[in-house]
Amino acid sequence: MSDHKKVDEHTGTETTRHEWDDIQELDTPMPRWWINIMYMTIVWSIGYVILMPAIPLLNGYTKGVLDFSDRDRVAVAVEQMHADRSARSQELSNSSINEIIGDDGLYEFAVQQGKTLFGDNCETCHGAGGQGVVGYPNLNDQVWIWGGSFDDIKYSITYGIRAEHDDTRFGSMAAYGRDEILEPAQINDLVQHVLNISGQQADGVSAKRGATLFAENCSSCHGVEGKGTRENGAPNLTDTDWLYGGSAEVIHETIFNGRNGVMPNWNERLSADQIMALSVYVHNELGGGE
Amino acid sequence: MKISKLHDFMETRSFALMVGILLTVMVGGIVQIAPLFYIDSTIEEVEGVRPYSPLELAGQDIYVREGCYLCHSQMIRPLRDEIERYGHYSLAAESMYDRPFQWGSKRTGPDLARVGGKYTDDWHVFHLTNPRAVVPDSVMPPYAFLNDKKLNAKLIGAHLAAKKAIGEPYTDEMVALAEADIYTQVDPDSDDIDAFLARYPKAQVRNFDAQPEITEMDALIAYLQIIGTMVDFDEYQANINDNAR
Ligand code: HEC
Ligand code: HEC
Ligand code: HEC
Repeated sequence: MSDHKKVDEHTGTETTRHEWDDIQELDTPMPRWWINIMYMTIVWSIGYVILMPAIPLLNGYTKGVLDFSDRDRVAVAVEQMHADRSARSQELSNSSINEIIGDDGLYEFAVQQGKTLFGDNCETCHGAGGQGVVGYPNLNDQVWIWGGSFDDIKYSITYGIRAEHDDTRFGSMAAYGRDEILEPAQINDLVQHVLNISGQQADGVSAKRGATLFAENCSSCHGVEGKGTRENGAPNLTDTDWLYGGSAEVIHETIFNGRNGVMPNWNERLSADQIMALSVYVHNELGGGE
Repeated sequence: MKISKLHDFMETRSFALMVGILLTVMVGGIVQIAPLFYIDSTIEEVEGVRPYSPLELAGQDIYVREGCYLCHSQMIRPLRDEIERYGHYSLAAESMYDRPFQWGSKRTGPDLARVGGKYTDDWHVFHLTNPRAVVPDSVMPPYAFLNDKKLNAKLIGAHLAAKKAIGEPYTDEMVALAEADIYTQVDPDSDDIDAFLARYPKAQVRNFDAQPEITEMDALIAYLQIIGTMVDFDEYQANINDNAR
């Protein structure tokens, strides 16, 4: 291959001097602007190496003039965020619900924060807008298992229900069938009784036997009339609002296998002001407010 | 040789070009990869991180098999908004026993790096069985079959032995007890729990799916519940010596 340049007659462009079957390859130069950008990136990289952590050494690496660190930067950003919020957050943690409602700015702050937190942490269980799914109560209605006052709601959120915390709410619905506390026939009678008191069609004779059994076995938690007691977290069985379901099959399943829904305690994941914001949101924007 | 001559020379001789490329890539590789094996701040060991218990490991295998990583990352970046949503940013050490690592590259669903303890086991069963029963708009596929598939515990000992062979700190005892430990972790009434927890601190011992048999659902939930919970961030200090980055 010769060293001297070959120029294509038609275009006036140099060729690569390769030739295949009489066809020559043009060596069109890269556009100038493109080459310039490449040189600029080289200059940029030199600057970058000087300013930023870059070159690995035997033990460590060059830290760069700026001593940049992702971890430091984010620590500052998080700190800044807390500082920005801190006045409001402090105020929120230290105010009573009435004071919060009385202060429009603070109330708005609580609701906005509460709404975001609810979306990130609660909707996956309690459903979009808190409307509930089977086993996870609706927080958007007037029916409360453990109580819908501000303090009740805050307690439920802080310590959870049947959660891993010493102060958690606790009440247990035993597995009357699986653990052989009651006979299968007795459970059938109880199902008829629950259907009856919740205003559904039931077998009268069987329900009557069920009523006696209910008074003996269930009324301590669900109350004599079956209207439920909040100390035990035992739901009202006489309304149309069911946690697990009001059909004969589901009621049977509940009595046979028991139920013990768990709501996590949030005091370890969320801060006091976040819990406050959530409580305000659930109490005032969703269904709370007793 | 003038530089343009060198260019010419390389460009017209494929063997020389090949050797040239090989050398360039090799230097780049050595400079970028080799230091990761010896620089302290990239091999940071963090208090609390331990190899997975046999059940958790079986769960991770299912996670990989089902391709959960295609929609879920396990990598909270050090950015304010991510920390605010998911929790403390991920540390390299937290995935030191993940083989392959589960950082993922796409978030169709949320990041799972701190999902451990966020939900109850019941919720996970409910959600994995039918995500749309929980989140009506979810595009996550249902994994109901995991409820019915009995976990194959036979090979777990070999799996631990293999991990031990490549340097994970499993002891001979752990390998020998691997299969038994699977049964212990789903039985809160077992007598071996204390010994088990000494081997695998912070492991959760529960019947995760509330069924009598040990299913793949048990394993997957045991894994989900440990993710991101091994390090105690009240104790961890990002800025002491080599933790700083
Ligand atoms: C893992 C699922 C889960 C998550 C997440 C969850 N909850 Fe719950 N929550 C439950 C369950 C289950 C119950 C009902 C417990 C029972 O059976 O009594 C409940 C009950 C409640 C109650 C009491 C309802 C009543 O009728 O007395 C409140 C208030 C509540 N949750 C608020 C929240 C808030 C606020 C959040 C977000 C910080 C949240 N929950 C997140 C599962 C969850
Ligand atoms: C020790 C207290 C206690 C006793 C006794 C008790 N229950 Fe319950 N029951 C509960 C609790 C607590 C719940 C709610 C469980 C949950 O939230 O997961 C419940 C839930 C239920 C439900 C489901 C309600 C719904 O909304 O889906 C039914 C039905 C029920 N109980 C029937 C009975 C019957 C019938 C008996 C008697 C055999 C009985 N219970 C005895 C505490 C009790
Ligand atoms: C097609 C993509 C896709 C795949 C594959 C997928 N997911 Fe999801 N996942 C989602 C989406 C979207 C959500 C958010 C909506 C929801 O909660 O269902 C989600 C939510 C979740 C959540 C709740 C996270 C949180 O913090 O709220 C968990 C846990 C989860 N997925 C686990 C898994 C597991 C385990 C697998 C594999 C067996 C898996 N996912 C496979 C898309 C996916």
